[in-house]
Amino acid sequence: MGIEIDLEQCTGCGNCVPVCPFGLLEVVDDKVQLKEGCTLCGACQEACPVDAILIEAAPAVEAASDEHRGVWVFAEQRHGQLKGVAYELLAKGRELANTLQTDLSAVCFGHDVAEISQLVAHGADKVYLVDSPELADNLEDLYTRQFIELIQEHKPEIVIAGATSLGRAFIPRVAAVLKTGLTADCTGLDIDTENRLLRQTRPTFGGNIMATIICQAKRPQMATVRPRVFKKNTPEAGRKGQIIKLDFDRERITSKTRLLDFVRDLTETVKIEEADIIVSGGRGLGKAENFKLLEELASAMGAAVGASRAAVDEGWIPYSHQVGQTGKTVCPKLYIACGISGAVQHLAGMQTSDVIVAINDNPDAPIFEAATYGIVGDLFKVVPMLTEKLKNG
Amino acid sequence: MNVIVCLKQVPGTTDVKVDPQTNTLIRQGIENVINPFDTYALEEGVRLKERHGEGKVTAISMGPPQAEAALREAISLGADEAVLLSDKAFAGADTWATAYTLAQAVNKIGQHDIIICGRQTIDGDTGQVGPELAEMLGIPFVAYVSRIEELADGQMRVQRMVEEGHEVIESPLPAVITVVKEINVPRLPSLRGIARSKSAAVAVWTAPEMGVDESRVGLAGSFTKVIKVFFPQRVSQSEIFQGELASQVDCLVGRLKDADLT
Ligand SMILES: Cc1cc2nc3c(=O)[nH]c(=O)nc-3n(C[C@H](O)[C@@H](O)[C@@H](O)COP(=O)(O)OP(=O)(O)OC[C@H]3O[C@@H](n4cnc5c(N)ncnc54)[C@H](O)[C@@H]3O)c2cc1C
Ligand code: SF4
Ligand code: SF4
Repeated sequence: MGIEIDLEQCTGCGNCVPVCPFGLLEVVDDKVQLKEGCTLCGACQEACPVDAILIEAAPAVEAASDEHRGVWVFAEQRHGQLKGVAYELLAKGRELANTLQTDLSAVCFGHDVAEISQLVAHGADKVYLVDSPELADNLEDLYTRQFIELIQEHKPEIVIAGATSLGRAFIPRVAAVLKTGLTADCTGLDIDTENRLLRQTRPTFGGNIMATIICQAKRPQMATVRPRVFKKNTPEAGRKGQIIKLDFDRERITSKTRLLDFVRDLTETVKIEEADIIVSGGRGLGKAENFKLLEELASAMGAAVGASRAAVDEGWIPYSHQVGQTGKTVCPKLYIACGISGAVQHLAGMQTSDVIVAINDNPDAPIFEAATYGIVGDLFKVVPMLTEKLKNG
Repeated sequence: MNVIVCLKQVPGTTDVKVDPQTNTLIRQGIENVINPFDTYALEEGVRLKERHGEGKVTAISMGPPQAEAALREAISLGADEAVLLSDKAFAGADTWATAYTLAQAVNKIGQHDIIICGRQTIDGDTGQVGPELAEMLGIPFVAYVSRIEELADGQMRVQRMVEEGHEVIESPLPAVITVVKEINVPRLPSLRGIARSKSAAVAVWTAPEMGVDESRVGLAGSFTKVIKVFFPQRVSQSEIFQGELASQVDCLVGRLKDADLT
């Protein structure tokens, strides 16, 4: 097991050298040399034209079980309202279930959750609903135990959940106990029909590298997906599905942690994840006060205000507005980037927006490559002109 | 107050440039550093110890031999002890195998009140190791902690960030938390720390020394497998307006109106 380089085969072409994320490869005297520290990530193997690099995995000891069937979506709610990501995942889950010719189920934990039948309208064949006052808040300890029990009982082959602050915190715990693989923040999910495997594609290294990952021997195959990565389907009003209400066993399932208080972030009047239009600012704004310009434009358009990491790190605007790899992923109809250079980490959070407008005085800023429309110019002139124009017409 | 801080050594920047001709990464002279989020974890651990006036901070990292440098840096930043989990058998670990290996190390270290991880790494970028570790140790877990309000007598009260704001959570100890960068401003290494980091011993534990089940670590113990790695393609179809700024703005507004976006 490990990495092996066949020096007979190696032509010293150097293709593999720049792709190693850790800079471990070097061509010396027409042959490649590997330094210590290889993580067996596989990037170089892909790059070698003569297949000189071999990364050997131990053979999977257990074969995947055939008992597991069905696709499950964790339908997250907060304060009794289903989150948009639940519908987005159902759209993708429907596609996967159709390909696999199996059922799609939604799983929801909460109390008095509104519009549960919407889960059926959005594609679920079955809805497992555990309703209890204890589950009104997103208590991860309870969610973890309850979800593990349901999965063990019903044995789905695929489980997908939103990569929200809740999903990212409790889904790994479920995977840890079930002893199965979990792929984080997937942007692509499809099925290898021959082997009935879920192919999970995700960005790593701040969006610089995409990796396709499988979980061969263990079931369920689990993945998280950021909100706004997939698009929801239009609901089908008359769609038939079964809503299965399950009891919550409060004697058996208990929580070690306790939620004492919740404090809402008041600066965020329009939620950026849900906005149709986002006006976003970066380092080019120069100082906190200048965000006022963007707020004026935003209010003229009914938009939310976003920001790049640079602006958040400067303390000009709170973290909840941050768009990008370490912030939020957004997919509005219109994204206006003002004074944002467009580092890959930022692009990772907004590049699927329908229309992107870039306003920047540096014509070489990478944001222009991602943009639908670009204005090369001083944002302190362009933004007020735009606001004026939109207000009056 | 005994604190264990988990830290990972990562490539110093993910701000890599892509060569447009070959569509490959240009990486020259990249240095390895402590995962940025883990520096907040370390700082919080050191502060906890200082506040309580006793105990120790142990930094642990699983990685290749050169990850020792990250642990020496941790010592310069206030860690009392450092353990490197390093063995060829650990290479290629996914988050499950990583968490399993870290859990064995935590058990070997013994008595501890809290384990602190970063919210995620900048390379693998999953944020899964912390919660998986907690579950394997069978102790409570709180993600995205932005403030430790109180920590005493086997209990802690912390604030953690969620999309809509923050929550206050109470939990018994020992527990695992992951921290966000809002939690503190990490200190710079002290002169004493730097001196100590040069002389201090960094323990290296191998798979046999830890008594781990070798089928549970590294590539062999990983349930996920990377089957393909590629670089995102970006085809630019931008329309960059020309001419006077005012007329550019007019053009833009026209386009937005046509698309019903105003
Ligand atoms: C391209 C690519 C994609 C990958 N995708 C996945 C995937 O989807 N699922 C999966 O399970 N694995 C995946 N892996 C493997 C995974 O990235 C790991 O290498 C794993 O060791 C650590 O995961 P992470 O970097 O995401 O850590 P995170 O879970 O993001 O780390 C969180 C915290 O855990 C602690 N920590 C993490 N690693 C260590 C360590 N080695 N030593 C000490 N403390 C540590 C740190 O405090 C850190 O801040 C992928 C690897 C590659 C190369
Ligand atoms: S497998 Fe990954 S880490 Fe190892 S040499 Fe190849 S590219 Fe570098
Ligand atoms: S890509 Fe293959 S042939 Fe080219 S230098 Fe690397 S190992 Fe040798």
